[in-house]
Amino acid sequence: MRHEGKTEARLSRIRGSEPPRRHNARTIAALTSNPGCARRAVLDAAGVDKERLAERVGFPAAFGQSRFAIVRGNAFERQVKADGCAELLRLLRDLLALDLRDAAYTDLGADGSGEGLDARHVAARERLTRAPGGEDGEGNPGGEGNPDGALFDHPLLRLEVAGQAVYLEPDLVAFQHGGAFHVVEIKSFPVIDGQADAEKVAAAAVQSAVYVLALRRLLGRDDAVSHEVVLVCPKDFSNVPVAVRLDVRRQLIVLEHQLARLTRIDTLLDALPDDLALDLGQDGAGTPVMAVDALTAALGRVTARYAPGCLSTCELAFFCRREASGRTAALGIGVREELGGVETVAEALGLAHGTATPDDDQAESAAMLRTTARVYAEALGAMPETPAGGAAG
Amino acid sequence: MSVIGAYARALAVRTGFAQPVASVRHIHLAEAPLVLVPLRMAGEANAPLAAMAGTDELSGTLLVVPQPRDRDLRFAFAGLLGDLLLGYVERCAAAGSEPVKPPRTPRQPAGRPLPDSLLSGSPSSSPGGAGGAAVAAGPEGTAGAADGDLRADEDALAAAEATGPERFLDAPQVLVPNRAGVEFARLFGRSTRFRSTLGEYAVPAGVPLLGRWLTFLAQRAEHPGSSALVAMTEALTLHWATGQSALEDANLAALMAWIDPPDGLSGPEAARLAEDPRTWPPAGPTTDPQFDNRVLAPAIAAYDEAIALLREQAGLAGAPDPLLADPDVIDSRFRAADLGAARVWPGAPDAPVQSWLRARDEVERAVRGQIEPTWRLMWRAVRRLRELPDAASVPRRWEQDRTRFTSYYAYLRDEDGGLPQARRDGAVAAARRLAVLERELAAYEADQAFDDPLVLANQRVTGDAFVGTVVAAERDRRIANERGTLVTRPLVEVVTVDPVRLPIGTKVCSPARVGQTGVIMSLEPAADGLLVSLELSGGMGRAKVPPPGSVPDMDEVISYTSVLPDGAFSAALPAPEDTPWTHGGPPTPYEPTDGDAEETWA
Amino acid sequence: MLTVRPGPRDSPAALAARVTDAILADLRSRRHRGVVVDSPPGAGKSTLVVRAATEFALADEPLMIVAQTNEQVDDLVERLAADLADKAPEARVGRLGRAGYVPPPRIDGLPNVAVGSDLRTLGDPHLVVATAAKWAYVKDRAWRWAIVDEAYQMRSDALLAIARLFEQALFVGDPGQLDPFSTVDNDRWRGLTWDPMQSAVAVLLRSNPDLPVHRLPVSWRLPRSAERVVADAFYPFTGFQTGNGPGDRLLTFTGTSRPGAAGPGTARARPGGSGGTLGRAPAGAVDDVLDMAAATGWGLLELPARHTLRTDAEAVRAVADVARRLVARGAVARSLDRGGEEHPVTASRIAIGTAHRDQAAAVRAALGDDLPGVVVDTANRLQGREYDVTVVLHPLSGRRDATAFHLEAGRLCVLASRHRQACVVVARAGIRDLLDTHPSGEPVHLHEPVRFPDGWAANQTVLAHLERHAVRL
Repeated sequence: MRHEGKTEARLSRIRGSEPPRRHNARTIAALTSNPGCARRAVLDAAGVDKERLAERVGFPAAFGQSRFAIVRGNAFERQVKADGCAELLRLLRDLLALDLRDAAYTDLGADGSGEGLDARHVAARERLTRAPGGEDGEGNPGGEGNPDGALFDHPLLRLEVAGQAVYLEPDLVAFQHGGAFHVVEIKSFPVIDGQADAEKVAAAAVQSAVYVLALRRLLGRDDAVSHEVVLVCPKDFSNVPVAVRLDVRRQLIVLEHQLARLTRIDTLLDALPDDLALDLGQDGAGTPVMAVDALTAALGRVTARYAPGCLSTCELAFFCRREASGRTAALGIGVREELGGVETVAEALGLAHGTATPDDDQAESAAMLRTTARVYAEALGAMPETPAGGAAG
Repeated sequence: MSVIGAYARALAVRTGFAQPVASVRHIHLAEAPLVLVPLRMAGEANAPLAAMAGTDELSGTLLVVPQPRDRDLRFAFAGLLGDLLLGYVERCAAAGSEPVKPPRTPRQPAGRPLPDSLLSGSPSSSPGGAGGAAVAAGPEGTAGAADGDLRADEDALAAAEATGPERFLDAPQVLVPNRAGVEFARLFGRSTRFRSTLGEYAVPAGVPLLGRWLTFLAQRAEHPGSSALVAMTEALTLHWATGQSALEDANLAALMAWIDPPDGLSGPEAARLAEDPRTWPPAGPTTDPQFDNRVLAPAIAAYDEAIALLREQAGLAGAPDPLLADPDVIDSRFRAADLGAARVWPGAPDAPVQSWLRARDEVERAVRGQIEPTWRLMWRAVRRLRELPDAASVPRRWEQDRTRFTSYYAYLRDEDGGLPQARRDGAVAAARRLAVLERELAAYEADQAFDDPLVLANQRVTGDAFVGTVVAAERDRRIANERGTLVTRPLVEVVTVDPVRLPIGTKVCSPARVGQTGVIMSLEPAADGLLVSLELSGGMGRAKVPPPGSVPDMDEVISYTSVLPDGAFSAALPAPEDTPWTHGGPPTPYEPTDGDAEETWA
Repeated sequence: MLTVRPGPRDSPAALAARVTDAILADLRSRRHRGVVVDSPPGAGKSTLVVRAATEFALADEPLMIVAQTNEQVDDLVERLAADLADKAPEARVGRLGRAGYVPPPRIDGLPNVAVGSDLRTLGDPHLVVATAAKWAYVKDRAWRWAIVDEAYQMRSDALLAIARLFEQALFVGDPGQLDPFSTVDNDRWRGLTWDPMQSAVAVLLRSNPDLPVHRLPVSWRLPRSAERVVADAFYPFTGFQTGNGPGDRLLTFTGTSRPGAAGPGTARARPGGSGGTLGRAPAGAVDDVLDMAAATGWGLLELPARHTLRTDAEAVRAVADVARRLVARGAVARSLDRGGEEHPVTASRIAIGTAHRDQAAAVRAALGDDLPGVVVDTANRLQGREYDVTVVLHPLSGRRDATAFHLEAGRLCVLASRHRQACVVVARAGIRDLLDTHPSGEPVHLHEPVRFPDGWAANQTVLAHLERHAVRL
């Protein structure tokens, strides 16, 4: 049974005096990259700033974005969206073979009036749910009827993540035509001869899937939003944009499954000491509430599932790597498997060299490791064989 | 990850130093390879920022694009890099050639890959001079164009049949720091090979040829066992295992830290230092974001300002802009500052020239600081690799690289040749390439195990190979074959403690007698392991009694493996113009357009 | 998951006949260069091939038939020879093999079969059957028509090598089974419509999107108990139905029941033990899972959670024990949909399936001399086969992490769809957790159609089903 208030209170105790860092599309997407990591699940649920936490405990993340990349990304997006998304409309027309001469463009972004997120979300919902009927009469140039489709920029979406409402403010364009929406994702990595960096495409696909999901929940119908998103990237080595369809059904399946699993955060919390806190705040005098040692100790009480892949996805990876040193998993999950699934390097070598006695579970691994050690030593000692006479050359 | 590799990683964790996973060097290492360290600008589509290149650690050339977003500067950079690479290519071609031996019998036992020697080419009658030739823009799409190395080989094969085939004695070998460096070469090749040296969008002379050669090299890098373009991290991890993950091994500095740590430091200590971009700049091509933000961006901005001011003031003073004809790429061989301001920009006021030169030096200094550590690291890695002896099959594989080089070189000079490689493989080219790659992979894997007991060790652990002692040998055994003729089929019995997992009837081969095949007749538990009985054929000459040494002797320690290359050649595929309807039909014939040369470059 | 099922339950035979008629009509119409037929497990794919081939023979139209393995070719030749002997006695079947090919007894010496390694020596038969690899070497001859069997197992480059031999073709195969693969890891062809690593059908349909695609709607092999789970997990968009109804497929035990007086190999088993025993799986649990499988068509024998090597000795022994007890208890298979036909489930009517070859070898070793004739093989080699009962070592059993290989939908599909009566799966506990915590971050390639079903999702579906049929140790 889930006790929302209780869980909230608990999470807030862990976070302490700091304001929570809420999920965004990127962190939600990250749920799928290492869903077995309790540390990450708890920290994200509690809204702890992992980047600052990593810095405080002495293992700052190596992430960071080059100014050049940011400039290029922004310039490209501006270009695609210029003149009421004129360029984008052209691309969509070609990609989806539609006549979009009179498509409407609506920016649902913050207008500086200081509207709250809630209000903006409500406004976005109103506009989007009304879109198919096209009874817009509020002075939007292409608003009447919208027979040729409509573009909505910056709609503020909302998604329930582990019982919390998360607002997603995407650089998202939702394109509606014939009653169905397509999510449009603009990225600045190039598509060269029809191919793009598969890791970057994968990241874009998961992120778009988050938007598709949020948009579906907002509209209340799965078939209201296509599982095909439109990815817009620069073509070849130019600035000319190109649009590609991207099927995100697989990402949606995984995402929905992991979001459903998140409710199990209670089980994770139950296993943690009641006084666990990771407070990054400072008191009035500017002294940190928690000393480095205390933070490190507290972090150690939440189990991590470190794998080398974390180095490119998680802010805490260097800390976890240090903690995992001596474990076979830190060498890669393939290495752990080749070492018979034995947990630590010391244990694996002990079994290989006969200095440790295998328990019942390890008998087979031990036999394999002993063979490996023997063969390796033999091969190292062996001189390369010299061909005997008579062999064909 | 192989089981021996995993165990060696565990040992590396314990000892604090990388452990060997090879006892010989499985790649060719040229006496003077061309080391190339490229850098690119973050966020852009493979826009070059800099490159350091050369065949000698002490005389590397540094090229820097002071404003990587400037199209003219990029092509000027490509022109200079092209001159460097083409010069190297010509030196390889000028090192002489050898006649190609007549093809050996295709049916060699154990299917050692031989007939590739058929795919040779004839060198051009006059090496040298290609670098300056004007090259027209190439084809669109996949139709008709050269399928890079593969297509060129076929053309060369035809040529070789007509004339006496020759093969260059040397071939280019380019070493880049990592896999991303190979990818840089591929993409830079792609962005330059379709350019034209003529017309409205003319680029410097060497650019399209650079594109063709980079593409050639990047395609060679896909071939298992090729040493034409090598990622240093991959060359090193082929021979050593570290106490970190494969992902961390992709960092050249961290990898070298385990293999060759500085005095007084263990592998892990050195690796942690090497991972800090402030201590060890990344090996590229992507630069450290903090460096970009704190150092490079301000330096480029200052350069932009300085040159804008200079242009304005020089214009006012009536001095022509020399950079219009000769874009301002920094070339370490020619230090502008040394030449004196007046000669660099005649007629321009001195003060803005000086501040331009300072801004230029500042960009160069910043980039040099990022690229030189990797440059030195590359040469350290070369020296470390050189300590290993060549594996037995390295010369044969390098011969393959030389063959391909020879034929591509000839193709570029052929009057019908010289087209840039297609953007993508057509259906036939794709199938053909896949067949070649699969065959080469099987051959390369078999070669490595044959050449190196440490690689064979993997197969011993998995039960696909074994090492044992000969305890019985019936050297002159003769039996009747299917046609009833008596043939020599010696029987040997080997006792092994390896966990053999091979069914009766498996074909095996020993590195000690490559021409001989064994068939497992029985496997029985013996007092101290397993008794394997083998029937041998081949490699014994024609005498009724095999000559001494051609059959394993009593007490000989011998290894046998079941991992053999399949000598099978794939069936003929249709010609591209006969691509069947199932695969979309023949590709549309190539119609020359100016589009390729125009392609805007950011 | 979106599932389109056939409408209200038609008579399966009528449904299947309608589809077959439509396929043959499409063929006869000659309007299409190709006709594709998707077939779920046991849906009468071979019957269709034989029927179509016979029609060609009756119309005196020469035909080439392509299969992927020599065994598949021999199977087809056997069935074609029998069918033609009946319907077109003068028609001949040519079996084209590699040099030195020795025909197996079941086709050797058949009067209407000619065997040879060269087309010229076959005597111009009406039908010629060979593997794709062999066809690639045939020159100077072309056919109006070809049938390509197991076309989803064929790599598209293999089709490219033989497509010149025919003008039009019928492509038949099971899209749910294992995809072809390559040893080469190279992304350069990703997204191309003619990607040589893709299956022949994938490339064919992308290059010719207008070709008609038919689906055989009825599985005659699978019992009703497998319909829902196999369709949901592996054919989510098309579905299928079984040709039999609830309770039509019976599995009963006639021999000495319950532990103790066991057949060979179970003598040392300790009854009723729970978890942690290192010896054989307790006979009580083995019998329980067999009873479960007999009652419901499915059984999951769940061993205590443990991370193991692939050749997990305890799991391997459990697999062997299940197979032994099945025979020892005198299992009888009865099919009411076949007029109550019944026969004992002998060793040759059982298959044991694994993911890896070394696992199969370990099971064979654990069986020793017991159950001669039982098939123990990997999913790869069980494709297209059919048995009364299958015993499966779950590909994810004992694993700490799932790789693409172990998650592949086709692998699980093959293992979970070979049976006529029941399927028993042996697995370590913990697969659910393994799936839930599986990091998903596979690279995504532009212009490459997404492969469905997704292996991870299919595994979740099958596991959720199996958990309802679990006997835990």
